[in-house]
Amino acid sequence: MATFLIITTLVLLLAAIFTGGYNKKFLERVQKSWIWGWITTVDHKRIGILYIVASGFFFILGGVESILIRLQLIWPGNEFITGDAYNQLLTMHGTTMIFFVAMPLLIGLMNYIVPLQIGARDVAFPFANALSFWLFLSGAILMNLSFLFGGAPDAGWTSYTPLALNEYSPGPGVDYYVLGLQIAGIGTILGGVNFITTIVNMRAPGMTFLRLPLFTWTTFVTSAIILFALPPLAVNLLLLQFDRLFGAQFFSTAGGGDSVVWQHLFWIFGHPEVYLVILPAFGMISEVVSTFSRKRLFGYTSMVFATVVIGFLSFMVWVHHMFTVGLGSMANTIFAIATMLIAIPTGVKVFNWLFTMWGGRLRFTTAMLFAVGFIPTFVIGGVTGVMVATVPADYQFHDTYFLVAHFHYTLVGGTVLAALAALYYWWPKIFGKKLDEKLGKWHFWTFVPSFHITFFPQHFLGLYGMPRRVFTFDSTPILNNLNLISTIGVIGMTVGTVAFLYNVVITTIRGKSVSGDPWDGFTLEWTVSSPPPAYNFAQLPLVRGREAFLHEKLLGNKKMKAAEPLGAIHMPSSSYLPLIMAIGLFMSGYGFVLRGFELAALGLIILFIGMYMRSFDYDPGYHISTEEIKQIEKGLKA
Amino acid sequence: MMVKKKSFGYLFLTTFFVLLTGCNQGELSVLDPKGPVAREQLFLINLSSGIMFFVLAVVSIIFIYVVIRYRERPGDQGLPKQNDGSTWLEVVWTVIPIILLIILAVPTVKMTISQGKMPEKGTALEVDVTAYQYWWEFKYPEYGFVTGQEMHIPVGKKVHLKMTSKDVIHALWVPELAGKMDTNPGKITEMVIQADKPGTYKGKCTELCGASHALMDFKVIAHEQDDFDKWVAKMKNPDSRAKNDIEKRGAEVLAQNCLGCHALEGGGFATKGDTAPDLTNYGLRTQIAGILDNNRENMARWLKNPQKLKPGNRMPSFEHLSDQDIAYLSEYLLNLK
Repeated sequence: MATFLIITTLVLLLAAIFTGGYNKKFLERVQKSWIWGWITTVDHKRIGILYIVASGFFFILGGVESILIRLQLIWPGNEFITGDAYNQLLTMHGTTMIFFVAMPLLIGLMNYIVPLQIGARDVAFPFANALSFWLFLSGAILMNLSFLFGGAPDAGWTSYTPLALNEYSPGPGVDYYVLGLQIAGIGTILGGVNFITTIVNMRAPGMTFLRLPLFTWTTFVTSAIILFALPPLAVNLLLLQFDRLFGAQFFSTAGGGDSVVWQHLFWIFGHPEVYLVILPAFGMISEVVSTFSRKRLFGYTSMVFATVVIGFLSFMVWVHHMFTVGLGSMANTIFAIATMLIAIPTGVKVFNWLFTMWGGRLRFTTAMLFAVGFIPTFVIGGVTGVMVATVPADYQFHDTYFLVAHFHYTLVGGTVLAALAALYYWWPKIFGKKLDEKLGKWHFWTFVPSFHITFFPQHFLGLYGMPRRVFTFDSTPILNNLNLISTIGVIGMTVGTVAFLYNVVITTIRGKSVSGDPWDGFTLEWTVSSPPPAYNFAQLPLVRGREAFLHEKLLGNKKMKAAEPLGAIHMPSSSYLPLIMAIGLFMSGYGFVLRGFELAALGLIILFIGMYMRSFDYDPGYHISTEEIKQIEKGLKA
Repeated sequence: MMVKKKSFGYLFLTTFFVLLTGCNQGELSVLDPKGPVAREQLFLINLSSGIMFFVLAVVSIIFIYVVIRYRERPGDQGLPKQNDGSTWLEVVWTVIPIILLIILAVPTVKMTISQGKMPEKGTALEVDVTAYQYWWEFKYPEYGFVTGQEMHIPVGKKVHLKMTSKDVIHALWVPELAGKMDTNPGKITEMVIQADKPGTYKGKCTELCGASHALMDFKVIAHEQDDFDKWVAKMKNPDSRAKNDIEKRGAEVLAQNCLGCHALEGGGFATKGDTAPDLTNYGLRTQIAGILDNNRENMARWLKNPQKLKPGNRMPSFEHLSDQDIAYLSEYLLNLK
């Protein structure tokens, strides 16, 4: 606490020296700076970009961790990173990639695109949206600080108890995991509520539920999953926090607790989580495949139905992660069959994509390449998913590299490829410039084949007796060769990623501005300029059919019909409170990790002050006048 | 490697490996079962991979056709013919997967139930397994003795494992004999293993259990019934008396240093530790700590720095022992047969 006060005073002092002290002028200067604009923004588009940038940063971190893991496994008996350090790496790799890369990347794209797709001017709760982002970021930063201060969590991304209890994981590692995820999770739950409300309430006139673009539908179902799946995780983390910090015995067998309860609660969250990161990917693929095949989606209604069924079933299958816990034949049988059922709606989706392309006119842009690459790759991940659902066979597959291969095929081959397709597709909408197609092709042709080189052999590593989460393996010709091949594959994936990053930089510097509709798109986001103005739509569009823009194009119209006369637009004011509240929770979380309860209390007080200020904040927002809108619209290329 | 062409899946796997390595020398192969439990499980693996390769093949054929046939060609203009879907087709690709899944689900359910049934008392050898960070204890309740790291079983007989853990969750896996099962603290889980032929089968821990999870190896050693009975007799009445002066000195070193944690039956020792592997008939063990060949040099390495060889394990370093003492100790331990 004392250290904290000293540091705070010092920072304030230095800030005062360099900025000329706190006065009106300084305030003005701060408020005019671009960085202030970003950290106080409540605009869904800017928040979306913040999410995407942050997830990019953590992707690099998680990627470096994976490279280190593969370097350790390049040959048997390697002593590069062993024991506990290796466990820290694998834990942080898994946790980072799922919570701080996949989820924020998807949520970022949802944030940017969904309001545009439904013809809305923002999300339902712009303030909560900003709060979601800052909570996610503070949770992610808190967890990654563990590398510098006290050691990273080392009990796996699943952190099974009793291994995650104080007795077997002393030190602050698992505390970072508990509090980092807790803080980020609160933000995610808020986001889920926000998207559900937005999609239910803020659709443009005529945008009925069965006219929603598929990406919006998957976002809707994903948000429902968030709403029901994240709270069990929050409860579980809270129980673990009490066990670790306050000597509770929820999960400790010696104290009368039950370690298997952690597994149940974790997977009641964890399995829906898997669908939480794959459903939006399905939505993205639907959009990209449809646009670049120049065809409406084949079997739209069954696609929607399949999405809802998958969302529902995702809560019915968690025990398939626990077949070897010894819950009995009856439990295992029921959950095996429930798991197999998921294959049916998923298969429907795959065939619908194939038949959307059937008879189409496929334009192989980079976005389409990634989407097309996604289909067989994801099918491999899907069929191995059915294989691991057959209980007696899973006794062999479980916790081996077969499983590692399976979920990397779904998470990288599924979510990442889809997200890359979506980034290439929506990049011009978000940043106003197309990513370079030539570099994009380099990216695709290095990344995807290398992905298969890395992960396909891992199926066989599992079948030849290599458990997951091991820092070394028996020296046999098969294991040695396959591990070497797998590590070599990582080089190609790294090259591909570097090509992508280079592409982003080059495009930002030299890219040419594009029109609002560079791909000849079908949905509402392509009816506004790239990037869209702060208010998105000068006049809310009147939706007269599914694939609203295509509908107008087929009727020979170049623009959407307006659903309202041009008038002043009400906008929410930006606010620094979300950041302050997130900083409060961050301090509190850090206080708990370091067992500095004064700091934890201070953080919570800051949070409560923020909540209080927000509750009694009568700010009614502001209006953009008709003249201003006219001027802005004149300056835009629509 | 024996190639049993049970399915397209298996054929594919073997072809892949013939190309890759020439032949299979993996000792932990799921694909090369040495007992009925693992053989049944391999049947399901083959059946499911067969069905799945069929699915993958169908998707790939349509995929390749579509991607080649419907590419945009120069001169194409406007939109292609639009269609909204086809109820007929959608019924087809809903019903066919359901049929395929039923084909897979029936044997899955049957086997889940049959493999979940434990043998009646008296029809199987019972072994109580207790997992520790990072070693395994095997207790033979019928015979009343305990051993560590190496489970001896008779061939052709069901072995009923009742498993638990003393600390965190581990999982026992002997891929050639059976799939895996977790060991949970405070709970008993059960499984059956069985070996057809005498031999040594490698086992591993498959649930992340701490720093040395990767090194928590053990062995299942299967004997013909006669040899197994001989081993049981030796374990029941071990002779651990020192036979000469060197061994006597070794026994002293052992008594002074080891017996707080380890136990050694049949040597007349007063103390008997119970937090580390039982050392009775240590000379029969093939490995030290499950990872090193059991010989004098490795014994010295292990005693001097167990934390380097198996990080995080509970064994302290015995660097203070002189080389001479360690030599005496190894002589004594390795002659316990």
